[in-house]
Amino acid sequence: MPLDLIASAFGPVQQEYLLEARQMQAMSFVAHIPLVCFGVAFPALVVFAEWRHHRTGDPVYRTLARRWSKIMLALFAVGVVSGTILSFELGLLWPGFMATFGDVFGLGFTLEGFSFFIEAIFIAIYVYGWDRLPPRTHLLTGIPVILSGITGSFFVIAVNAWMNNPSGFKMENGEAVDIDPWGALFGNSYLAHEMVHMYVAAYIVAGFLLASIYGWQWLKGNRSHYVRTALTISLTAAAVAAPVQLIVGDWAARTVAEEQPIKLASFEDLQETTKGAPFDIPPGIEIPDMLSLLAFHDPNATVTGLDSVPADDRPPVGIVRTSFLTMVAIGSLLAALAAVFLYVRVRKRRLPESRWFWRATIVAGPLSVVALIAGWVTTEVGRQPWVVYGVMRTEDAVTGAGGIPIGYATLAIVYAGVLAAVIWILRRLAARPLAEDAPTATEGAAGG
Amino acid sequence: MAEIPIVLILVGLAAYTVLGGADFGAGLWELTARGERGAALRDHTHRSMAPVWEANHVWLIFVLVMAWTCYPEAFSSIVSTLTIPLFVAGVGIILRGSSYALRAGSATPREEGRISLLFAFSSVLTPFALGLVVGGIASNRVPVGNAQGDEITSWFNGTSLLIGVLAVATAAYLAAVYLAADARRMDSEDVAEAFRKRALIAGVVAGILAAAGPFILNSDAPDIYDGLTSGAGLVALLASGAAGVTALALVAKRRYGAARIAAATAVAAIVAGWGLAQQPEILPGLTIDEAAASDTAITAVLIGFAVGLLILVPSLLYLFRLLLSGRFDPATAPWPGPASADEAAASADPNAHSSLRTALITGAVTALGAGITFVSDGPLRSVGVALMLVGAVACFLAVASLDEAESPAVPFPSPEQ
Repeated sequence: MPLDLIASAFGPVQQEYLLEARQMQAMSFVAHIPLVCFGVAFPALVVFAEWRHHRTGDPVYRTLARRWSKIMLALFAVGVVSGTILSFELGLLWPGFMATFGDVFGLGFTLEGFSFFIEAIFIAIYVYGWDRLPPRTHLLTGIPVILSGITGSFFVIAVNAWMNNPSGFKMENGEAVDIDPWGALFGNSYLAHEMVHMYVAAYIVAGFLLASIYGWQWLKGNRSHYVRTALTISLTAAAVAAPVQLIVGDWAARTVAEEQPIKLASFEDLQETTKGAPFDIPPGIEIPDMLSLLAFHDPNATVTGLDSVPADDRPPVGIVRTSFLTMVAIGSLLAALAAVFLYVRVRKRRLPESRWFWRATIVAGPLSVVALIAGWVTTEVGRQPWVVYGVMRTEDAVTGAGGIPIGYATLAIVYAGVLAAVIWILRRLAARPLAEDAPTATEGAAGG
Repeated sequence: MAEIPIVLILVGLAAYTVLGGADFGAGLWELTARGERGAALRDHTHRSMAPVWEANHVWLIFVLVMAWTCYPEAFSSIVSTLTIPLFVAGVGIILRGSSYALRAGSATPREEGRISLLFAFSSVLTPFALGLVVGGIASNRVPVGNAQGDEITSWFNGTSLLIGVLAVATAAYLAAVYLAADARRMDSEDVAEAFRKRALIAGVVAGILAAAGPFILNSDAPDIYDGLTSGAGLVALLASGAAGVTALALVAKRRYGAARIAAATAVAAIVAGWGLAQQPEILPGLTIDEAAASDTAITAVLIGFAVGLLILVPSLLYLFRLLLSGRFDPATAPWPGPASADEAAASADPNAHSSLRTALITGAVTALGAGITFVSDGPLRSVGVALMLVGAVACFLAVASLDEAESPAVPFPSPEQ
């Protein structure tokens, strides 16, 4: 079969349910990303707790590490399958995209596959290896889990960075030719900030969500050493990450201003290209020159407006703008909460005592997830109408198969069930007596 | 160059059938393990599979990723035509993974029984649906293009149903052999015998289905039939049959280790036979050469693959060594810990807590890195980012390791809380 015939076999198709296909994909991401945060950040916190046990001999650290490692494994299991669904959907929903560019970015997923393999192997060894391996070996088996969590997300984000800022190929008759997969994935100016932004977000989300749960117990009056330790570790992680995220966010915004000006314009709904562009904060507060200052660190910089491209080439501005503002607002609040925590922790060597701090912490967990999702919407809906920015439209990538609404509804029901299951598991694990995870000395006696 | 990835894909498929298949089959046996003794069988199944199922699952990801990277148009044609069985397999995978997670929270036998039912259902559904997909490809029902094949008959046909059912039976057989071997290692002879019986039944069923195969293929997928009944394809088919019979005989003689190798050979041979019978075309009218991505793309993937294997193989061997040596078995004595809390405390490092100064210095480094990141561009910004991140990690370690002002009076909450 001649090559041009193969390429034309993946030309645009009629797809009545493009929006539903996008929503289905989005729903799957929304289900998966919070789990990724735990896959990336949780192993480091667990290994840290175990390491503290080795250093201090304090049994509480070990109990905490054991308890957390079980939660980590359960969340990893759900993350494995929700991640698998994503790779299924890439093909099921976007065959045009895969047929044209699968060879350009596939390398990223190949490497991610290995990372995931290593993570699966060592997470099993770590969790099933409590009391079965020499203590130092056990601690060391946690290290590959941390590292493969980093590399796995690195490779996936490399693909996303490429979709937003594509390079490493030429288009010829609807086919990608002269491809350079290494350059496309790893020589991309988008990779570094996207990676760091996501990675720091993982610590914020995992840290604040854990702190929400233990903060609730604190407010109910449980000030045990166990709860204090759990709070100290999770809040310190989130509190160090949250202020850093403001700087990383600024870096990301400046890169977007250079490479995806239309996405930036939709953050602020800037219609016309403006020198010294202002920034509006709802409701109706306008700060002159602020957008130019934020995007280019120069109050007189010219910011490209939406009207510089045809209406067809603009993203849905309302969604992008709302998501962006939500992310920024929540991120700033979390950083403020983090500052309070760090001050009390370092100056007074204890946890904050104000009830308001703990109420805020309980809210901070879910809010951090909202910010995470909002940030993802900002970058991915902001990429629309392109699947590969400026190269392939989403409507040219979609499948010609029918039944998308049925698939969407089915998956929604399944995910609702999975969410209920996850909550049930976490509650169950939390309700178990801590003695179950207590140190070896007693266990050895009971077993022997 | 164009053929190397397809060989790796078939190897991955064989590995997934053998390792992932045992995993699926284990689910099927949970369905048959009811009642008092059933609980023992289910426990055994879960304990054997829980540490490895994720690693077994990754083979499928490999096959998918290699296919879309190295044969992008063929991959897209297959998934867009065979959308329904692939979606069903996806849902099955979600339910399976969730039931593994749910087991962690189950407390009563009643709950455990329900979760086991969900696990069993999804364990049958997934390999069956994936078998339908293979049947659609093998019987030439996937034309090149975006959803160009028939949405229903591409997978609802004799070949697909044959391979779907065969996949379930093979999985059941592989699982029973694996579990029998595992049970013997743990000295549970009656559990081993129960799985030996199941292995023999499943083996005979799989054998009958395999023997019926040629008749169905002859009428439904003549190209594959011709390929498998002549030349190298025939050799593979006969080898698979011989290995299958040998495996069954070995199970009968309770030589489970050798039986697993023979069964794996039977699977590998039939997968190889499929590849041989189908070549040079991957889809009707599309040869492997035409479907292959450019040499640069394939080379990149192969390099990534080779580097990945260097890390993966020792890791996988480590896991299987721990597992097969019985290190994770409940009967194995735990690694001796410190005899008492006092001894543990005595071994602790007196400098375990960080100082205020360290916390402040690391905080300052983070702030300096943040400042550089904020004001600069290009290479200097990279320096700033690196400094900020290293500072943040150090700052976390320092702040989280500060000594607490108040003494830890109550280590754990009292039971009534």
